[in-house]
Amino acid sequence: MPATYEPISTQTLGSDVATVTLSSIPSTYTDLVLVVGYGISTTGGENLYMQFNGDTGSNYSNTRLVAGGGGVGSYRDSGATVINVGAIYTTTDPLTHISHINNYANSTTYKTVLCRNSTTSNVAAHVGLWRSTAAITSITFSASGGNFGIGSTFTLYGIKAA
Amino acid sequence: MAVTYRLIETVTVGVGGAANVEFTSIPQTYTDLMLLYSGRSTRAATGDDMYIRFNGLSTNLSSRVLYGTGSGVASYSDASVAYVGYFDGDTSTASVFSNGSIYIANYTASVAKGISGDNVNENNATGATQQINAGLWNSTAAVNQINLYALNGNWKQYSSVSLYGIKSS
Repeated sequence: MPATYEPISTQTLGSDVATVTLSSIPSTYTDLVLVVGYGISTTGGENLYMQFNGDTGSNYSNTRLVAGGGGVGSYRDSGATVINVGAIYTTTDPLTHISHINNYANSTTYKTVLCRNSTTSNVAAHVGLWRSTAAITSITFSASGGNFGIGSTFTLYGIKAA
Repeated sequence: MAVTYRLIETVTVGVGGAANVEFTSIPQTYTDLMLLYSGRSTRAATGDDMYIRFNGLSTNLSSRVLYGTGSGVASYSDASVAYVGYFDGDTSTASVFSNGSIYIANYTASVAKGISGDNVNENNATGATQQINAGLWNSTAAVNQINLYALNGNWKQYSSVSLYGIKSS
């Protein structure tokens, strides 16, 4: 059976850290899938952020549809230095986050990320844009505060169309 | 090259329907689990809620749901049931079976288990619903059994659910 859904890299945190970077992403796949399993924060109630290729410029935007304790809302950020891709809580409400980044290795188009975030505090669908035509070679996660907690798992899969 | 996304089992509901769809003896050799389904409930309504239980237990479960009906959007939460979807009921458009997915990360780890679901029961009529779901089984036990239930009915004949295992290495 040909393997068309392959793990590229995975990190399970052995200590609390402020950022997680998945680097050296090969350009040999068609699309990427990111899974954050048991995503936890040392402080809780923090926004989850994503950046590509170490770009800290104001080249990101996002729109999100969110259901939380306050009801349902839709929000957006433009000209941001990060993509808001979710919210992260503590050990009793771990985040399951799944992102799809299609056509990530092309050098012609801006890159879009489609995310689904699930905690019982906050369930949401996010879409983000990185205004760069560069192929994605690294992905960095950070949060609005606190650290990512021990046991948080970040896994990147590559999908081949052929 | 290793196959990292592998079918564990498919359950197809037979004549007379089924009270629930069950997967037992789930191997402990994967990182995450994914359920993909095409389903319909016997409930005499346009739709029915779907919920999940693990290891035969009904405790330590909760959920939050975000849904749209074509005319509005709303959410709710539940402190004792892990809702993972909303699928067509028996009065929905004939032959329509809802599609959806349920993702369970780190299912063998000694941590609380998060659940992520999304589904649609588009039926070319009112009563169609699109949902995304967050669930929690606040247990450190490894998942070795999954049961999927319809809240107000049974699983209708021809429904099918496939369980996949995903390896991160």
